[in-house]
Amino acid sequence: MRITLNGEAREVTEGQSVASLLTDLGIQAERVAVELNLKIVDRRTFTGTSLRDGDRVEVIGFIGGGRSDDDER
Amino acid sequence: MSDDRLTIAGIDFRSRLWVGTGKYKDFIETQKAIEASGADVVTVAVRRVNITDRKSENLLDYISPKTYKILPNTAGCYNVEDALRYARLARAAGISDMVKLEVIGDEKTLFPDTAGLIEAAKILVKEGFIVFPYTNDDPIVAKRLVDIGCQVVMPLAAPIGSGLGIRNPYNLKILMEAVNVPVIVDAGVGTASDAALAMEYGADAVLMNTAIAGAKEPILMAEAMKYAVWAGRMAYKAGRIPRKLYATASSPIEGML
Repeated sequence: MRITLNGEAREVTEGQSVASLLTDLGIQAERVAVELNLKIVDRRTFTGTSLRDGDRVEVIGFIGGGRSDDDER
Repeated sequence: MSDDRLTIAGIDFRSRLWVGTGKYKDFIETQKAIEASGADVVTVAVRRVNITDRKSENLLDYISPKTYKILPNTAGCYNVEDALRYARLARAAGISDMVKLEVIGDEKTLFPDTAGLIEAAKILVKEGFIVFPYTNDDPIVAKRLVDIGCQVVMPLAAPIGSGLGIRNPYNLKILMEAVNVPVIVDAGVGTASDAALAMEYGADAVLMNTAIAGAKEPILMAEAMKYAVWAGRMAYKAGRIPRKLYATASSPIEGML
């Protein structure tokens, strides 16, 4: 099935959990926030939250920035 | 000066110089500059994680949340809805309930949209956030922010990244008198004397990014800023002499030939 991950289409296995997606991506779960169809997923439910076809997922973290003019390099 | 702590919302801050983490050459330089600045608070931006290049390193590997207080910002948000979304995501990332709230009004000046700021701050305060609002040097807006529950205000000295220094010292002084919460001068500092001046006026802290990261020698400038903030703070506490138009001799007349 297909989801949109950080704005890009991505094939994932049927019913894959948020936790397993992060593992596949090599991302440490404790340092990110996940938004699923504009709703924040509680990190305690990463394992129990299954993705569905067409889901829009955002994985967000912290980057260098102090001010509004400081975008990622 | 080591016992001269700044406390906001029950949180003790060791340093009165706070720094941003943007615009550095690389993470090593970021780390060294922040170390040299003596800051214990660093601001970070909230962005999509790079999922295509997972070898790319993470800022937090260099700036550990165990050592530094991480203050996520809503930089780049031009409306209330986006600012709320970024603030909530930052909190969900699990580092803290603090957020430096920016609702930007205009791309050219990056001045805050203070109406939007007050609206967003009100909602976030209700949700339990510790809101650090980036605001204009407007005492009335600062009072409104305090009225709705902000425990600190962060007025600008000049436009973000401009390096113009304190453009409106009188407004800033009025603002500091008008509110009974800590005031952190945020944005517009160009060099050490600007930071010292902000502290001499009675600011509780200064936050900067570009003035350090954009200097020819960022690490050296970071250290300069550390001393400038100390000097300004000490001078403020010591109490300066009044300005007079004419001279007053320092040496006694008595005993002269």
